[in-house]
Amino acid sequence: MRRPLRWLIPAAALPVLGLLAYGFRVNPHDIPTPLIDRPAALFALASYDGPPMNLEAHRGHVVVLNFWASWCHPACYEEAPVLERNWQAYRDRGVVVLGVDIQDKPEAGRQFINTFGLTFPNALDPVGKVSVDYGVYGVPETFFIDGKGRVRAKHVGAVTDAAFRREVEQLLAER
Amino acid sequence: MTRPARVLILVVLVLAAPALAQLPATNVDDTQLYEVASYLRCVVCQNLSVADSPSEMALQMRGIVREHLAAGESPEQVIQYFVDKYGEWILLSPRRHGFNWLVWLAPAAAVAVGLTIFVVVVRRWTRRRAHATATPVPIDPAMRERIRREMDMESDR
Amino acid sequence: MIPELGYGALIVGMLLAVYGAIAAAASARTGRVALLESAQHAALGVFGIVTAALLLLVYAFLTFDFSLRYVASNTTLTTPFYYRITAVWGALEGSIILWSWMLALYTLIVILRHRHNARDLYPWVLAVMLGVLAFFLLVMTVPAPPFERLTPIPADGRGLNPLLQDSGMITHPIALYLGFTGFTVPFAFAIAALATGHVSDRWITMTRRWTIIAWYFLSLGLLIGGWWSYHVLGWGGYWAWDPVENAAFMPWLTGTAFLHSVMVQERRRMLKLWNIGLVIMTFSLTLFGTFLTRSGVIASVHAFTQGSIGAFFFTFLSLVVLCSLGLLAWRWDALAAEGELDSVVSRESAFLLNNVMLVAAAFTVFFGTVFPLLSEAVRGTKVSVGAPFFNQVNVPLFLGLIFLMGVGPLIAWRRASLENLRRNFLWPVVIGSVAAAVFFALGVRSALAALTLSLTVFVASTIALDYIRATRARRRMGEGLLPAMGGLLGRHNRRYGGFAIHLGILVVAVGITGSHAWSVQREMTVKRGESVELAGYTFRFDGLAARENGNHFLVESSFNVSNGHATSRTLHPAKKFYPNEQSPIAHVDYHLGLIDDLYVVLGDFARDGTQATVKIQVNRMVSWIWIGGLVLTLGAALAILPERKKPA
Repeated sequence: MRRPLRWLIPAAALPVLGLLAYGFRVNPHDIPTPLIDRPAALFALASYDGPPMNLEAHRGHVVVLNFWASWCHPACYEEAPVLERNWQAYRDRGVVVLGVDIQDKPEAGRQFINTFGLTFPNALDPVGKVSVDYGVYGVPETFFIDGKGRVRAKHVGAVTDAAFRREVEQLLAER
Repeated sequence: MTRPARVLILVVLVLAAPALAQLPATNVDDTQLYEVASYLRCVVCQNLSVADSPSEMALQMRGIVREHLAAGESPEQVIQYFVDKYGEWILLSPRRHGFNWLVWLAPAAAVAVGLTIFVVVVRRWTRRRAHATATPVPIDPAMRERIRREMDMESDR
Repeated sequence: MIPELGYGALIVGMLLAVYGAIAAAASARTGRVALLESAQHAALGVFGIVTAALLLLVYAFLTFDFSLRYVASNTTLTTPFYYRITAVWGALEGSIILWSWMLALYTLIVILRHRHNARDLYPWVLAVMLGVLAFFLLVMTVPAPPFERLTPIPADGRGLNPLLQDSGMITHPIALYLGFTGFTVPFAFAIAALATGHVSDRWITMTRRWTIIAWYFLSLGLLIGGWWSYHVLGWGGYWAWDPVENAAFMPWLTGTAFLHSVMVQERRRMLKLWNIGLVIMTFSLTLFGTFLTRSGVIASVHAFTQGSIGAFFFTFLSLVVLCSLGLLAWRWDALAAEGELDSVVSRESAFLLNNVMLVAAAFTVFFGTVFPLLSEAVRGTKVSVGAPFFNQVNVPLFLGLIFLMGVGPLIAWRRASLENLRRNFLWPVVIGSVAAAVFFALGVRSALAALTLSLTVFVASTIALDYIRATRARRRMGEGLLPAMGGLLGRHNRRYGGFAIHLGILVVAVGITGSHAWSVQREMTVKRGESVELAGYTFRFDGLAARENGNHFLVESSFNVSNGHATSRTLHPAKKFYPNEQSPIAHVDYHLGLIDDLYVVLGDFARDGTQATVKIQVNRMVSWIWIGGLVLTLGAALAILPERKKPA
């Protein structure tokens, strides 16, 4: 091989190393969802207390759909009071908070609800149909659905007051 | 590119073709269920398929696959349903379109490049050798037989 | 006290290693012997220090010294004594100290064996080994210190991950790391050859045993990892093409290629450039493996990542790759001798093809592993590359390699005459074809399985034929049968060791083929007394029992398995509830057989024990994989025996 060409061999390593360096900037656990701006999947579940939970019944309202589980420490435990607080603050403005308990036992779910005194509707997803319909891959995950029934945002991990308010205010402003 | 190399590439590509069964989904048998599930990634494990994973989530996902198959959907439709909900990431094997062709063709390309270098190098080296031939020394049959036997015993040289 | 002592020792060790590397390199450049001796003493010092640090850590674990953050994170007061020892390497920092200790041990052995017989190369070899050692010691002093103090001292620790509380944890990392670190030695010799310009074949002959030992331990580590996955993780499989598994597999592939192509260099003095490139690739891939495992760049079930350690490994990897390839380019002229081949039908060709396939396989695995990253960088979309992809694309390559395993050892060097081909391959081809027909007649309908098994028979026939012929030749000389057979193994241990290793690989291949083609599984919810049928076996659910079991709470189920004619047995798959773990760990129960493995995993269950969800597998031929590993071990042991002097 002629003199300069041989240096191609070490040079060939550079793009590979560059790609690996790029890997530092990405988070392999952060999966983007294809559901944004698509109609939210309809579902009907028997809720823990009260009437059956039916997404279609809330058409026209801003819906905050939260997926949780009693075994999800510590994130679900952190966000439960946040959800309850914001539910109380926004319910008069027509915002609905719905909780779906996945891969859980009814007794454990009930205990979770009682521990935090949650007053928004909660239901158990017995076979995982709803969680798969929303592409849930871990808990907690929260979806923000607008009045027209479209998913507008997804929040992975415990929801904070700031995040909740930001998304809900934006959707309320659109109405 | 030489003919043998082209044939080899074709063979490699054919063998690498996907093998999804096209069974009518009237009755859901376990084989079909696990086959579809083996193409889906278990979302709470890492790198395990929905067919393999012992986790609760995977169990529920298998139940949903079974439901869809029992409702008459084809394996492709069931898989598309999951892709619609989770994105391409849910497939354990990248779909063969666009950019993803790169990863499917990479093995064939690597073999093709390797074989090409092999052929080129072998040609060059045998041509060199052919220039430096020596006249073979005549050997009588008895000597030839003895040499063969000795080489048998020294079979690693 | 202990944290400061250990930390201080590691700092001293790192400084000594850096000094030793520089002194050895300086000695190589100037020829001053005093510097070399000083470097040797430094290396001995490092070995002593790392050994002491390791023992200190073990002591801390055994005495529940929770003042160390590492001890508190990985053990509790209830962890059994043997798991406390294995917990030493159960997480990131401890794995590095184990790696460093093995490197230091290998350096010591290199000093003892080679300080007199490799005069020109030796200083550079020492410099490289100490340099690599210095890096790992650096990692233990800055980003991942095992001796970090924890304040306040907790009353109890967090505990070892239950999946690691298994015999696999004792052996898998040790074997794997011995393999990884072992490749540092041939790499160091290759760099020495490049640095001194003495690129003759001496460095290859000297490192032959090192390569086999490293390769063997890597193979063992991979097999034990598969065994561990199979009997602990509860999914009934032994290999998931997880990025970290791939990271261990790639150096094995290139290491195997290297193992074979050095034989061509030994015989024919060709491929010098290629061999150095291969060993650089292999060592770089071992570093890439540790980088993947510890950086979190690609998600994996094995990854134990934290903080800035990824950046350290990435920098070191880049340094090693660029510098060694740069050295290679610099010495190009001395290495790129034109080879000579008499014929394309020759052993040289077979070995070259072997290399093409192995390196192509390594490239495929590499590309598939980093493709998710590439896809995200270019398209912004996340994709997954998993088992279906890797299984599909690697199959043709591995089939080709099996075929070459049969052809390579017997085809003649230089030029294989028609006579040579006929003598060595006619019978095996015939037997292989007959086997294919037999398999078809026996009901094997999977073309892939039939092809793989027929190729296996072909290769086994070549080996058997060679052994029988050689034994017969010896017997004609008057030897008895057993002395002839044994004598062959003794006198030509390299050749027959290699054959045995090939046989081991064949047995593993049969196991893999069978398990993929013929394993079945089923999942059902059963009530107490109900049965599930699978593959002729009946599994009857007999109820649950719960009790405290040391450091966890155990819910054990009882399944009675019978298949009609043999005696029935009971399997007890269970769920273990550890106080510090979020979800219960499934404890699989299984019964291994030569052909059938019965494998039962307990899923969900009702509290009162009246019903349970269970996943049942009948896995076929999996035991052949482990048996193949044993054969491989015997072959490797035979191959590295010192060669007996041939009689005049």
